[in-house]
Amino acid sequence: MHEMSLAGGILKLVEDAALREGFGRVSQLRLEAGKLAGVELSALRFALQVVARGTCLEGAEVLIDEPPGQGWCMNCAQNVEVHERGQPCPRCGGWQLMTNGGDRLRVVDMQVLD
Amino acid sequence: MCVVCGCGNPGGPGPAGVAVDAKTGDLHFGAGAARVSVPGMSQERAIKLEADVLGENDRVAARNRAHFAAHGVTALNLVSSPGSGKTTLLCATIELLKQYEPGLGVVVIEGDQQTTNDADRIRATGAAAVQVNTGKGCHLDAPMVEAAFAQLPLHGHAHHHHGPGDGHDHDHGHGQGHDHTHEHEHEHEHGAMPAQLLFIENVGNLVCPAMWDLGEAAKVVILSVTEGEDKPLKYPDMFAAAQLMVLNKVDLLPHLDFDVERCIGYARRVNPAIDVLQVSATRRHGMNAWLDWLLARARAGAEARACA
Repeated sequence: MHEMSLAGGILKLVEDAALREGFGRVSQLRLEAGKLAGVELSALRFALQVVARGTCLEGAEVLIDEPPGQGWCMNCAQNVEVHERGQPCPRCGGWQLMTNGGDRLRVVDMQVLD
Repeated sequence: MCVVCGCGNPGGPGPAGVAVDAKTGDLHFGAGAARVSVPGMSQERAIKLEADVLGENDRVAARNRAHFAAHGVTALNLVSSPGSGKTTLLCATIELLKQYEPGLGVVVIEGDQQTTNDADRIRATGAAAVQVNTGKGCHLDAPMVEAAFAQLPLHGHAHHHHGPGDGHDHDHGHGQGHDHTHEHEHEHEHGAMPAQLLFIENVGNLVCPAMWDLGEAAKVVILSVTEGEDKPLKYPDMFAAAQLMVLNKVDLLPHLDFDVERCIGYARRVNPAIDVLQVSATRRHGMNAWLDWLLARARAGAEARACA
């Protein structure tokens, strides 16, 4: 259940931004969780609700984009889409894939109110 | 016409959150209740962050990495499910290193939710160990390792070899760990500090520790042959993050239906570059290859420091 730690990290980023930018409430928060980021979205949403209580993030609408995973296929010598780790290259069926995208969890932007 | 929404109604209650003068119908934005949302004409604004959620952890991990390098320390992050034999492997490794590489310093950071059992087992070998209890936490993070490293005697010890003006000027500010007695007896020259190994035994968990960089040179995933051979496919993130897979308890293979080649094949599906070693920590099988792997890493770490 590392989603609780991740939610804490998200709240920290938001609260740091609140101090820096001087806002009191977040109405909408947009995250990006790559398909290969190792994040369970329902657990993350639940954890965010819990950590947001009593903070500027409470009640915010949370949007989560899920960009597909990407990997470099050594056989094809090109980037291919990777749906999950351990799956073969969709072009050549080989396993020589090195993940190089869709593996991050990021806070993209937010709508805030003074 | 209403100046706010164009509704043609000059005397309405006004948009939400805007103060309306009852006599004149004047609208006062930004006063009192207008400090909150005003739909359609809101004070809502967008803020771009574009920030990695693990960014703060990664910054501390980078600091740890620089810190380890400055001390000639090669850190290895040992990850596995509970019961794979990590601590037994570590104890056997420390005993063998004492015998064959007595000049190599070995220290251990032990991560568990509770108890100091594992650190106690390590200390019984004579190596310094610090236990980190994560409480409810399912993984170690970089700040935990930073704090634990400051507690290790190796850490303070290394500083005694650096006088002012030798270019080693980073400020630690730990406030702890520097004032205990050092049991080490290394008396090496300036700049000739031998390699040091730091083993970080993560919380037994094949999922969460994959995401947290601790500042290690490599993650080593330990899989015992009493677990399923398809673990690399079931928990791919961890095997993708590791540079080495140690298959442990191979002395039990004759009693099991564990297909070693299939397991290695699965591991290379999720990580084509992963190295694989087969050992039995209790029977001391395959330990030479494991020690060679460790020593090569430790030397690389020490050389990186010498070049820095």
